Amino acid sequence: MTGSTAARTRARSRRLDPAQADEYRGWLRQMMLIRRFEEKAGEAYSLGRIGGFCHLYIGQEAVAVGSLAALGPDDYITCSYREHGHALARGISARAVMAELFGKAAGCTGGKGGSMHLFDASLGFLGGHGIVGAHIPLATGMAFAAKYRKTQQVAVCYFGEAAVNNGAFHEALNMAALWKLPAVYICENNRYGMGTALERASAIYDISERACSYDMANEVVDGQDVLVMHAAMERAVQRARTEEQPTLLEVRTYRFMGHSMSDPIHGHYRTREEVEDQRKRDPITVWSQRLIAEELMDEAAVKAMDKSVMEEVEDAYQFADQAPEPEAEALFQDVYAEEQR
Amino acid sequence: MPTLTYRDALNQALREEMQRDPDVFLMGEEVGVYQGAYKVSRGLLDEFGPMRVVDTPITELGFAGVGVGAAMVGLRPVIEFMTWNFALLAIDQLVNSAAKMRYMSAGQVGVPAVFRGPGGAALQLGAQHSQAFESFYAHVPGLKVVTPATPADAKGLLKSSIRDDNPVVFIEGEMLYNLKGEVPEGEHIVPLGQADIKRAGAEVTIVCHSKTVAVALKAAEQLANEGVDAEVLDLRSIRPLDREAILTSVTKTHRCVVAEEGWPFAGVGAQVVDTIQREAFDELDAPILRVTGADVPMPYNKQLERAAKVDPPKIVAAVNEVLYR
Repeated sequence: MTGSTAARTRARSRRLDPAQADEYRGWLRQMMLIRRFEEKAGEAYSLGRIGGFCHLYIGQEAVAVGSLAALGPDDYITCSYREHGHALARGISARAVMAELFGKAAGCTGGKGGSMHLFDASLGFLGGHGIVGAHIPLATGMAFAAKYRKTQQVAVCYFGEAAVNNGAFHEALNMAALWKLPAVYICENNRYGMGTALERASAIYDISERACSYDMANEVVDGQDVLVMHAAMERAVQRARTEEQPTLLEVRTYRFMGHSMSDPIHGHYRTREEVEDQRKRDPITVWSQRLIAEELMDEAAVKAMDKSVMEEVEDAYQFADQAPEPEAEALFQDVYAEEQR
Repeated sequence: MPTLTYRDALNQALREEMQRDPDVFLMGEEVGVYQGAYKVSRGLLDEFGPMRVVDTPITELGFAGVGVGAAMVGLRPVIEFMTWNFALLAIDQLVNSAAKMRYMSAGQVGVPAVFRGPGGAALQLGAQHSQAFESFYAHVPGLKVVTPATPADAKGLLKSSIRDDNPVVFIEGEMLYNLKGEVPEGEHIVPLGQADIKRAGAEVTIVCHSKTVAVALKAAEQLANEGVDAEVLDLRSIRPLDREAILTSVTKTHRCVVAEEGWPFAGVGAQVVDTIQREAFDELDAPILRVTGADVPMPYNKQLERAAKVDPPKIVAAVNEVLYR
């Protein structure tokens, strides 16, 4: 805790490097894109254009954006079912993600995956997974493969804090530490597993401490500050790539919306005041104000950026709306591979 | 042709495939230093080293998921379960991850993994260690299910399974490891989805797989002594199911008994019966009968256990019934 607090303070007090201004502005744009995309997805869901479950990422944008920015193009990424933001931040187009939510053939998984199962293998984006915790061993297997082939790749796994009480989490982290695998486990602690608060589900409050059971490096990270998130992720990725050591990052964040679109924003499990209080540390505002304060952007530029993002999202919506449905034959395709090695 | 045990035939298949393809590795409990709980992996650690013959903690869900993840990025894991009874802890990874990955990703990400280990009852191991699960996995689109009955098939089917780009559930017979038989050397491949006539006959078809093949052959021998000419059809793969072989045999014999170790309700035999009644109804001269394990958890007591299992007299009785003898 002490080490990470010190690191956090350093990251906050250090002035931003103007040479990296393009990257910093890029992070802001990605966060804005996720925000506007999710708002539009929520709207489309309410209109019945998106079916099934739809878990929005609003409030947590800095986690995906800051951490994914620290990865290389060959690294592997797996996520839970709240993964629209990660998909966008990794570079899947807003069109392909929106079309997938609409169940269209032009979606990133051809309309077969839906909101919870976004994939783009060419980007190493290996899924949204729908069973809590079950993808943590999968990411561990990808880290095993990287070590097996000596490729220097890193496998990153995103999951919510509710997954850490699940056996898959313990089994996977134990093996990752035992075998020294290049994995980064990112626990997005948004305080609630659906409607159950962390302290009502976990015997210990600091999830990062669970890493001690496996003698694994760990940090608590402020997930509302994209710069802090990025810095912590760089340390973890470095540790994985050069030392073949896994890391557990407990990232403290907050979900501004309900668990899914069928869930109210605060409901019985948290108060309206709590949500409003948390919204004061909106990761997009935190970062845009920082960029303005350090004169890397001005208000007008932020507004213009938001406008261009909204246009991109509107384009994605129109694209998804007009895209064709999958062909009837798609039903029976991709159940089995035909070829043999 | 050399004679090998079923265990050594599996060992040979693993060794040859690991020599052939550096992406193939073996992972599971006691597969390395201990040389395998059933000695299927004997000698492999010495030959291939600890990165390719990986001992795991007792953590079925975890290492099954590690296998799926490694396969998603192109390795070809062989994941050993000490028995399929313990693999129930990992069934989420087989059903929710392995079986669905290709479909959910619209063909972008496959899982070329083999999950193998012994299934079925041995001797007096009690309720939790004596179960045949092939119908559980055969229910799931995206999985293949393979159940070799002889040493030659064990080798040929395992080699095919390792080369297959789909997740394969490979269920060995716990009582078959010491079974001896002729096994072709080198490149012996048995394609998945092809049944095999283990004994040709004209009057009745006994459909079976895994350990019940030996039981059916004994029954057929006894029936031959009584003047009944039975055909024994070994399914070898439960999924894909060789419907053509089943229909061809029944079209010849017009009578059928389906035997399996597992429980009767929604078992493999139910699927076979469904296939025959829909596609060869007019060929049948008698209703099809099924011989299965008793519809109870396996008891420990020797006599009760014997009563619960499929044996030659039960198959003979069923054959006599379909022949109206």
